Amino acid sequence: MAPLSRDTLRDTVIDAILAVAPEADIDALPAGRPWREALEIDSFDFLNILVDLEKRLGVGVPESDYHELETLEGLLDYLERRLAA
Amino acid sequence: MSEFRMPSLGADMESGTLVEWNIRPGERVERGQIVCVVETQKGAIDVEIWETGTVERLVAEEGDKVPVGEVMAVILAEGEKAEGEAAGQEAPVEPSPAEAPQAPSPRAPDVSPPVPPHAAATGGRRRISPAARKRAGELGLDPANVSGSGPGGAITLADIEQAPEAPAGPRPARRAAGHDAHAAMRQAIAAAMARSKREIPHYYLGHTLSAEPTLEWLAAYNAERSVAERLIFPVLQLRAVAMALQEVPALNGWFVDGAFRPAEGVHLGVAIALRGGGLVAPALHDADRLDPDAMMAALRDLLTRARKDRLRSSELTAAGLTVTNLGDLGVDSVQGVIYPPQVALVGFGRIAERPWVRDGRVVAARCLQVSLAADHRVTDGAIGARFLTRLTDLLTEPDRLWPP
Repeated sequence: MAPLSRDTLRDTVIDAILAVAPEADIDALPAGRPWREALEIDSFDFLNILVDLEKRLGVGVPESDYHELETLEGLLDYLERRLAA
Repeated sequence: MSEFRMPSLGADMESGTLVEWNIRPGERVERGQIVCVVETQKGAIDVEIWETGTVERLVAEEGDKVPVGEVMAVILAEGEKAEGEAAGQEAPVEPSPAEAPQAPSPRAPDVSPPVPPHAAATGGRRRISPAARKRAGELGLDPANVSGSGPGGAITLADIEQAPEAPAGPRPARRAAGHDAHAAMRQAIAAAMARSKREIPHYYLGHTLSAEPTLEWLAAYNAERSVAERLIFPVLQLRAVAMALQEVPALNGWFVDGAFRPAEGVHLGVAIALRGGGLVAPALHDADRLDPDAMMAALRDLLTRARKDRLRSSELTAAGLTVTNLGDLGVDSVQGVIYPPQVALVGFGRIAERPWVRDGRVVAARCLQVSLAADHRVTDGAIGARFLTRLTDLLTEPDRLWPP
């Protein structure tokens, strides 16, 4: 599979978030701020987003890596790294 | 013969609107089966029946507003014959959902035909948000069959999400157009909370605990599991509350007609914030009897259905105590309002690193504040304290949550 561009990856992540929180205004997210709290994503929503991302990208995130996913950029960096590995 | 009546789905409910029958005359029904959908202030509810037998006739019609306690259907017990059957009298035939054309439910004014009030202003072309258009494409929905609740009649993502699936046919929209449903739910919450603060002399207790041992337990449990099989922390919180309630049953039940009535079984209300506003607190049944995976499955099921507006009648009245968790919203602590006629509410704040003294040294620990709001007519602080101490112990010594 050709490597995903950052934009495509971002769209995939946004789709996964919107599937759980259809009203989320992701463009209004302040950069570098924790996205879960801002978008009111609780632990159950978060789990569902990870399940969805695993389906779409084939990347399963171990719980011990959750701390790397606090910002949207961090989440993208993490996925990019895992996809490249 | 028995009569199936409009259930009371909360102390303040006076009537409900029958949206849809799932049964028709002549059909067999089983105890626990969902027989109809009723629109209430708390959204559309799947209503169960508690009789086994055969449907003799349907009394209420789809679209009827039915007062609580009024007969909606007549059920024959097994072996029973319909009245007048010998005389060859036919029970009145109701149009069954499968045969009837799309039931003109008054709760589904936005189902076709679309007569958008603002269509003229936009030259007949419906305004639709890009996200809504995209989602409609994914769902295979024709936006022309959806009416918009956005500015100027624009179709929003929510309209698409709430639109009935095109090919599914007979199921009408379960929820009134967003605005009314939200207003109704707001009213229901206002009534219940005003009553609570008017009638219930609350007392409040709180504890701060180190969640480290339980978080470590959870991490170990989840470490080898795929994302979909993992537990979330609220499962452990609910389990601990259920076990503490077993030991302090005075907090599990209802204050009715001037006296405490204990609940049978431990059914925990789970406060669930709905996206777009509002709150429901359906019961997670038998929370004291479920193993970790069963508890997670039950919670997943409840959260998913609550957010899809698919709660069941038995879930609206069974809870003997409600648990609210505002930690995911970044709140440190909760001083809760009891949901009447319940007599207590447990609140959890967020897990955050704090200085914590362990063995005479200050260490960083992930801590959690737990609170109890309880009805002073029913219990005193001593009982509340016993409960909260027990709850704290259980959340600090996770091996005791599911003892072998």
